Amino acid sequence: MSARLEVAGLRVRFDTDEGSVLAVNGVSFALRPGGVLGLVGESGCGKSVTAMALLGLLPPTAAAEGSVRLDGRELVGLPQRELRQIRGREISMIFQEPMTSLNPAFTVGFQIAEVLRRHEGLKRVPAWERATELLDLVRIPEPGKRVGEYPHQMSGGMRQRVMIAMAVACNPKVLLADEPTTALDVTIQAQVLDIMRDLREQLGTSIVLITHDLGVVADIAEDVVVMYAGHVVESGGVDTVFANPRHPYTIGLLGSVPRPDIGAAEGGGRLREIPGFVPTLREPPAACVFAPRCARADAVCQDGMPPLSEQGPGQYAACVHPGPAAVTASGGAHE
Amino acid sequence: MNGYVLRRAGTSLITLFGATIVVFLGVRALPGDPAVALSPENPSPGVLHAIRVQYGLDKPLPTQYVVWLGRALHGDLGTSPKTGLPVTQTLMERVPITAELAILALVIAVAIGVPAGILAAVKRGSLPDYLCSTAALGGLSVPHFWLGILLILAFAVHVPILPASGFVPITDPAGNLSHMILPAVVLGTGLAAVVMRQMRSAMLDSLGADYVRTARAKGMSEWTVVGVHALRNSLVTVVTVVGLQLGVLISGAVITEQIFIIPGIGKLTIDSVFNRDYPSLQGVVLITATGYIVVNLLVDIAYSLLNPRIRVAGGAR
Amino acid sequence: MTAAPATAERPRTGGRTRRKFLRRPPAVIGLIGVVVVIVVALLAPWIAPYDPDTIQATTVLSPPLTGGHLLGTDDLGRDMLSRLFVGARASLAAGVLATVLGLLVAVPLGLLAGYYRGWQDSAISRVVDVVLSFPFLVIAVGLAAILGPSLSNEVIALAVAQVPVFVRVTRGEVLGLRELEYVGAAVVNGAPDRVVLFRHILPNTLNPLVVQATVAIPNAIIGASVLSFLGLGEQPPTPSWGTMLSDAQQYISQAPWFAVFPGLAIALTTLSFNLFGDGLRDVLDVRMRS
Repeated sequence: MSARLEVAGLRVRFDTDEGSVLAVNGVSFALRPGGVLGLVGESGCGKSVTAMALLGLLPPTAAAEGSVRLDGRELVGLPQRELRQIRGREISMIFQEPMTSLNPAFTVGFQIAEVLRRHEGLKRVPAWERATELLDLVRIPEPGKRVGEYPHQMSGGMRQRVMIAMAVACNPKVLLADEPTTALDVTIQAQVLDIMRDLREQLGTSIVLITHDLGVVADIAEDVVVMYAGHVVESGGVDTVFANPRHPYTIGLLGSVPRPDIGAAEGGGRLREIPGFVPTLREPPAACVFAPRCARADAVCQDGMPPLSEQGPGQYAACVHPGPAAVTASGGAHE
Repeated sequence: MNGYVLRRAGTSLITLFGATIVVFLGVRALPGDPAVALSPENPSPGVLHAIRVQYGLDKPLPTQYVVWLGRALHGDLGTSPKTGLPVTQTLMERVPITAELAILALVIAVAIGVPAGILAAVKRGSLPDYLCSTAALGGLSVPHFWLGILLILAFAVHVPILPASGFVPITDPAGNLSHMILPAVVLGTGLAAVVMRQMRSAMLDSLGADYVRTARAKGMSEWTVVGVHALRNSLVTVVTVVGLQLGVLISGAVITEQIFIIPGIGKLTIDSVFNRDYPSLQGVVLITATGYIVVNLLVDIAYSLLNPRIRVAGGAR
Repeated sequence: MTAAPATAERPRTGGRTRRKFLRRPPAVIGLIGVVVVIVVALLAPWIAPYDPDTIQATTVLSPPLTGGHLLGTDDLGRDMLSRLFVGARASLAAGVLATVLGLLVAVPLGLLAGYYRGWQDSAISRVVDVVLSFPFLVIAVGLAAILGPSLSNEVIALAVAQVPVFVRVTRGEVLGLRELEYVGAAVVNGAPDRVVLFRHILPNTLNPLVVQATVAIPNAIIGASVLSFLGLGEQPPTPSWGTMLSDAQQYISQAPWFAVFPGLAIALTTLSFNLFGDGLRDVLDVRMRS
């Protein structure tokens, strides 16, 4: 199997005043060319840190271990000089905050053209023309006029499309999208997702979609990786996992998604919350990291963090008591 | 944008008008009879009366003010009783000297302050940061005149490579520069400290911004990230701050010119205070305030040009 | 990470603030320097080894460490160290008093302008603009010349010259605080202006003003030394660092120490205040508005 992006045992350690913290602890997944993978979890679970580690853009206090292979080439440990050649060209990223992620002092055209001039060696004029085409590609009306505008002259949805144009300018192999729709209102969200879907079809871009929005994942992704407190707790095909979640955390997450199709009577109308707090990410976990919030937790769960085990074809969960949602319901996890 | 500039210019005009009143009244508040001050040594009562009539000092204050302002607008700031020269002429000779000093100081300040501020911000928390930050605090803490004395001691007395004081017109560039370099360093030191501190904090703000993260994620070189994306946004703040330092520069020039005996407007200010040369004092203070107000206006306009958000918002802040 | 909400009602965190301050070596050095200067100024007559005003023709301009004079003597044979100790009084008095006086005048004006806005604000801000268009030193020199040379007039001149900046800072703070919800709530609930101003707004302007004061004091100390240097401050024979420097200027090649020590005293004092102020600003987390 030839994976475009293959992440194995990725760990990210932060040095803090109170000792070292493992923000990401053993994340593995693989992404085929043109594939879309959803990286799901609550805020603070390590999904954004994972993305920054893939880009080699961790802060100086953090260090990554493990393996990240792009078309077989190992990225972890690569010098910044070489990573800069990869960032923006082979792997690029869209951030959550379209309002602040563009530089207010430069026109959007300059900011898109800049990537092309750096990575494709385009001269000023062709780069500008290409930037205009890219704005058209992300369906910005009147691209010839918009290309010379400053970010503050644009709406949030428009800016996020500029970010996408910038990210796909060099036709990257992998696009990391960190909560690309969270800051946008619903209609704009759908448009942005449409654009990303098109890009993937037209350009064959693989996408890692980082989000806490399971609806978005169901909409666009093929595979899903669920993270909790720096660990992968469940992974597999979107259809499989969503239809038959095995890890109690995934079950809880799915339970907390409003499901209008189920209706209030079955308890789907309201957002359900998983009780408890995400633990601090000390190492090594003496027990299963989810145990403090888990209705199924018992003495076995205190023995350590369980490894991922195969639950079905391509589906893995890190749980000693895996099982379908019904078990949880009868177990009394959620009322 | 034009609306913003016009409104801003209007405020400046009001401020300038207020400044003329302050200068007019301030000089009249100085001890001594202005008629005596305006006349040659030991005037007779007849001469005094003639001077009162000539300068309109026998009229009520508002009338005097209007007459004075009218003349000032026509470039007539009176005649110095000390030198017998028209004040306007003296100012035209002296303003360029101080301007040269200020520009040299500004060049030194920017040449030191901007790179040091960037370095300190990029290497935050490291030895270069501590060195630059401490040096900047030192620069803020050292009084101009003492630094001047120390530099004279070092470069004119101990290792006599530069003149201790005096001034050579710019027609002799080498001589001019050799006389100007120490005063410019003295004047530039404090300003360099201000520029450095502003630059550092503006750069720290920019470097932590999301758009800098975006630039890094685009694979831009660190040079571009710091030198284009972060710097451009920081410079807007720093240009403003530097522009507003003109008052500080003039304050510094007052004492620096005194130490190095440079015949600029700073020395003229002090000399006219001590000589009770009121027409000169009035003229020099008026020109200083006007310069300050005009530069402030220009800085604001430059800021609105550099910062596209303001340009479009039309100064709606 | 979300930024902490800009609540104005800060919890009482005296202990934590103190610990944060003490963890900054430059700030602590600054604090020690400030305390030392204040103690020296207070105890000057008792700790000075000689009478600072005693003229002694036999020891004119003796270099440091000679004839029992640690820092040498001046042009009239007076002991430098003793004069520096006593001179600290004039410098500190000018710096601290001028700043306190300036704040006393400026804070009510700033409150008025920021709280009522309207014509009060326009009037005060215009006047502040006008005064700010004159360089600090020109105002100070002009006022000192109008009032006549003396230490008290020097203080008044420096105080007035500082007022515009203080008004601006206060006004800016009040404008910001006025927008806060709890202040708005107090207004809506019909709290009288007096209560809103003095219970809700004034206490919250204190941190920025304290920090501003620690910047202003060294500036005023330098300003005072300049005025003394020009002969517009403390009158002889009472020593002040500025007049000592001015006396020293003509002996610069024969007796460099004469010029070096008073300047060093000014520089170290202002540096201490600046270090202290910087630390305070970091710890109190005050953003300087210019």
